[in-house]
Order: sequence, then C-alpha cells, then structure tokens
Amino acid sequence: MLVIRALWLGNQPARILYFITMENNRFDVIVLGGGPAGLTAAIYLSRARLRTLVLNIGTAGGQMVLTHEVANYPGVESVSGYTLSNTMKKQAKSFGSVIKNIASIQQLTLNGDVKQVVTGDGTVYESDAVILATGGRSRELGVEGERQFKGKGISYCATCDGEFFTDKEIIVIGGGNSALEEAVSLTKYASHITIVHQFDYFQAFEYAIEEAKQNTKISFKLNSVISKFQGGESFDGAYIKDVNTGEESFIKSSGAFIFIGYQPNTEVLKGIVELNKWGEIVVDSEMKTSLDGVFAAGDAIAKRYRQITTSVGEATVAALATAGWLHEQRRKKVSLAH
Amino acid sequence: MLQTNLTHVTTADEWKKIIEENENVMICCGRMGPMCIPVYGVMEDLEEEYKHVKFADMPFDSPEAHVIRNAPEARGFMGLPFTFYYKNGKVVKATSSIQNEQQVRSILNDQFGKNNQ
Repeated sequence: MLVIRALWLGNQPARILYFITMENNRFDVIVLGGGPAGLTAAIYLSRARLRTLVLNIGTAGGQMVLTHEVANYPGVESVSGYTLSNTMKKQAKSFGSVIKNIASIQQLTLNGDVKQVVTGDGTVYESDAVILATGGRSRELGVEGERQFKGKGISYCATCDGEFFTDKEIIVIGGGNSALEEAVSLTKYASHITIVHQFDYFQAFEYAIEEAKQNTKISFKLNSVISKFQGGESFDGAYIKDVNTGEESFIKSSGAFIFIGYQPNTEVLKGIVELNKWGEIVVDSEMKTSLDGVFAAGDAIAKRYRQITTSVGEATVAALATAGWLHEQRRKKVSLAH
Repeated sequence: MLQTNLTHVTTADEWKKIIEENENVMICCGRMGPMCIPVYGVMEDLEEEYKHVKFADMPFDSPEAHVIRNAPEARGFMGLPFTFYYKNGKVVKATSSIQNEQQVRSILNDQFGKNNQ
C-alpha cells in the first residue's frame, strides 16, 4: 500500500519499485484456495508452464487434512488426509506453482481483462485468469456464547473431544447423518445426550435415525433451536426455543456438540460471481463461472457430491479449460495485432 | 510421535528442556485429528517467519503429556488441541481447541513480538 501511495505522489524510485513488485506479483492464473481442488488445478496449470499462484487461507489441503484416513482415493491403498495434502502441495510446488498462505482477502476484481486480488495485508496480485477453489467449512450456529465456550464445552468433533465428557450430560445439535451418527458414538462417553433439532423430522438416512432412536442414552428435542449458550467459568448449558410456541427452556449440560453441516467459503464472492441460494458458485460443464476468465472447482461450487475425488476431477477440468481459454485469448490478441 | 514437520516433544524431560533452553516456545499438544491438524499446519507455516519462537508438538495420549494435560492453565479445557505458549519457561498463554492463523499470530505477536523485534 505504501508503494502505491508513493506512486501517486509521483515518487520516481517508488514508481520503479511498484512496477518491479507488480511484475513479481503478476501471474497467468491465480487459484484461490489450497485444498484438493486448488492444488490439483495448480499441478495441471504449472505443468502447462503457466505462472500459477495459489492463495490459501488456513492450512493447505483444506478439509482433506482433517480426514484421518483416506481409503477410497484410487491408486492409493490408504493414506492420511494430512499426508495426501502434503504430497499434493509438494507436487504443485515441484512444477513451479507459488503457494502463499494469506490471512484474508480485502478486495477482488474479477470482471476485467486483468484480475486483481488484494490480500488482507494490502498486497496486490494480478493475473489473466482465476480459478475459485475456496472450499467449505463446518457451519457455526452463530448464537451467543458459541465462540466463548469453544474448547471449553462446545465442540465440533466427537472423536477429538468426546472423552472430556465421560459420564456427563451433553447436547448434540443437528439432524443430519453427522449429528445422529456422532451422537451415537458419543454415548460411549456421555451419560445422556439430548439431540436438539430445528425440524420435526431428521434429514439423516433411516439407519442412522433408527440407531439413535434405539439408544437408551439419547433423547430428542425436535422443533427446537438453540437461542444461547450459558456459563460462567465453565459451560452450564443452553437455552432452547420451541419454534412453534416460542417457549424457551434451559437444558443443563456439560457440553454441546454442533453438527449442522457445511457452508461454502464464498462470502467474499457475493455480488462478484453468480451464486445460488445456498451461496454455492454456479458453473457450467467446463467449470466456467458467470465471469469471463473465472473458473471454479471443489466444495464451493453447486453440486451434489462432495468428495476429494470429485474436487480433483472438477479442478482438472477447470485447469484444462483455463489453459485453453488463456491460449485462445492470447491467439486473438496476436491476430488482432497483425 | 505425531506426523508433523515440527519438533517433536515426547517426554516430560524433553518438554522441560525445550522450555528452559528457548526463550519463546509454542507447544501444541494433540492428536492427528480434525481440530489439531490445522493448528500444526499453521505452526509449520509460521515457523520460518517467527525464528525467535521454538515450535513443537506433543502427543496428547502419551502419559508424559501430563505436563500439559494437567497444567493449572488447562483447567476447564475440553477441546483438543491444548496449545501452550511459554516465555522463559513460564506459561504466558494457553488455548483449547482449533485456532486459525490469525488467532495464533495474534498471540505470538502479543507474547513474543513480531519477527524477532
């Protein structure tokens, strides 16, 4: 930012420095996101000798690093998500991709010939094309007390934190497969579990519903939402509200596990590319978005199945389509010049 | 031993040595699980930048990890990983559960300063 301000002041050395900086920050393609989709796109793009920058928020590997064991990735017998992520990252780097971890994106300009990404620290990166592979994350409830008690009563991972609630009463929030399956697995530790769900039916598969219903340690509060988590030094419980009557009650508990699905990381893309009502990026069969030169792949796009393999496949298509699009743009420019 | 690229602390003696021999130390005590791995990843990414901080991990399930699990600063912690920050051998900050890069950076900057300044 300082460099840009100096440029406006007409400072000649700063002007030179600005152009050097921009030259270093100029790429053929910027990939937003370093999960399996982003890293696959980077592997294909850099192998095609395109200058490729991966800008990643969080740990490279995305949600894949969170998978304890990946046993259904073709050609690999069994591997931890962490190891698979590191291998993909190394592959992308070995072909020349630049991978940078950033804290946030301050500004995105994707509608012109030159795409621009301004990161949280004010650094400006430019490219001719962009692939959006921003992935998704666990959904938070967004109610009072949730952040305050994270790690001190509130958890999003049964296998990680279940044992801290041995012989204690807890709440599980959600009605999908994860919520019901994890509630059953938590009965290994907890003395009693109350499943709180906003609807009067579950979205989970029948087998998961049956298993939860048959477990004597589990009871249900349907048509109910959490309005607030309560506690002092330690977690005391949650206020729940009946969605039909509006009546509020308090459930005393030692902890709460939240499993209410995933949400796409597309907040920064709102108003820039077309998103559907769930905030997922709309793409065509070649992974093109609503903007020219902007492609997308992975868990942030509108699709039914979310697997490492689907992300890798989509990213392959996105990278090849991007390379083809860039080639065509450059061919047009050359023919116009003649 | 955890499968990370960090320095591994496996015994209470190693823990004592590392916090006594280094002015600034960050130790993440966890498992190879969904809440812990992102924190190791952040630490690996920041290791190059914060050269004045020693980054290490410790397996939560090892009996030797009682030095962190049972520390007074971990009272009330109910989420993995337990992450401890030491200055001159003393705990200056401890967190429970997953932390993102911004949160870790903020603690490192507050407790140990930026980039060896």
